[in-house]
Amino acid sequence: MSRFKKKKQGGTPAISTASLPDIVFMLLFFFMVTTVMRETTLLVENVLPKASEVKKIEDKSLCSYIYVGAPVSEMKIKFGTEPRIQLNDSFKLASDIQEFVATKREATAEEKKPQLITCIKADVDAKMGLITDIKQELRKAQAFKINYATYTILD
Amino acid sequence: MSRRSLPEINAGSMADIAFLLLIFFLVTTTMDVDTGLVRKLPAMPEEEEIIDDSQIKARNIYVVLVNAKDQLLVEDELITISELREGTKRFLDNWGKNPNLSDNPQKAIVSLQNDRGTSYEMYINVQNELSAAYHELRDREAQKKFGQNYSDLKGENKKEIRKMFPEKISEAEPKNVEKN
Repeated sequence: MSRFKKKKQGGTPAISTASLPDIVFMLLFFFMVTTVMRETTLLVENVLPKASEVKKIEDKSLCSYIYVGAPVSEMKIKFGTEPRIQLNDSFKLASDIQEFVATKREATAEEKKPQLITCIKADVDAKMGLITDIKQELRKAQAFKINYATYTILD
Repeated sequence: MSRRSLPEINAGSMADIAFLLLIFFLVTTTMDVDTGLVRKLPAMPEEEEIIDDSQIKARNIYVVLVNAKDQLLVEDELITISELREGTKRFLDNWGKNPNLSDNPQKAIVSLQNDRGTSYEMYINVQNELSAAYHELRDREAQKKFGQNYSDLKGENKKEIRKMFPEKISEAEPKNVEKN
């Protein structure tokens, strides 16, 4: 009995928290390296369609994004409810796409230019008419590589 | 002269600072990977240039039409999306047997035409089924030849299979078929 009591008296030693900063720093660096800040605010509703035969985009920096969809609720009064095109941070027309692609091309290093790809992030409710207009503009701008952004499902 | 050692800086609050930063990055980070269907657009035809597709035999073109009501008309037959994959596979994998289907997969072209009123969701579904048909045939051939799936193949072997089943999906010049 006395022996049992003796053990209790000692109490559990406090766990050393000296290595806690190290662990936290490790996590911090991991997230700092992997983080990608969202550079555009979405002004359109953007529920992507689902597909199973997808490819991953290796280098996001080579991607120019074209968002298509109905304006979000705060924008509805000003821009209506029909699907529209968003480039960077504002609503644009299909005719602005050529300039948009050219700007991206200017900003890319010469050896990486052939790898440039245009990501069309279109909402499921968009109609092909608008997408066809975009495709025609991209053809005119000679940006032939495109990617229809989708969510991945397994079939 | 006796050197007074510098008092050690208290590092106790370092964890707090690190935590603060960690939480900031945890909140702002987006780990989503961009995935999608990659396609190549054809070059813009020169003015006055007549597109000559008479050289391609009709049997080698698999015409897929999608109308504004999201209905599929494939080779003059109304079908559902679930039948498209098998149909495409049959067309590609014909090797000259059926006179209405392709001569061989190298010559075969899938021609996809849509209406301006077609929904994007349907269009992607169709594209996905067409890709799936190609992928399944490539996988089958890769398994037969190398005992691996197409996506696991490397270099020359991959090229060989790709040459055997080139993914020729033509997104036709836009036409406004139906108005409403």
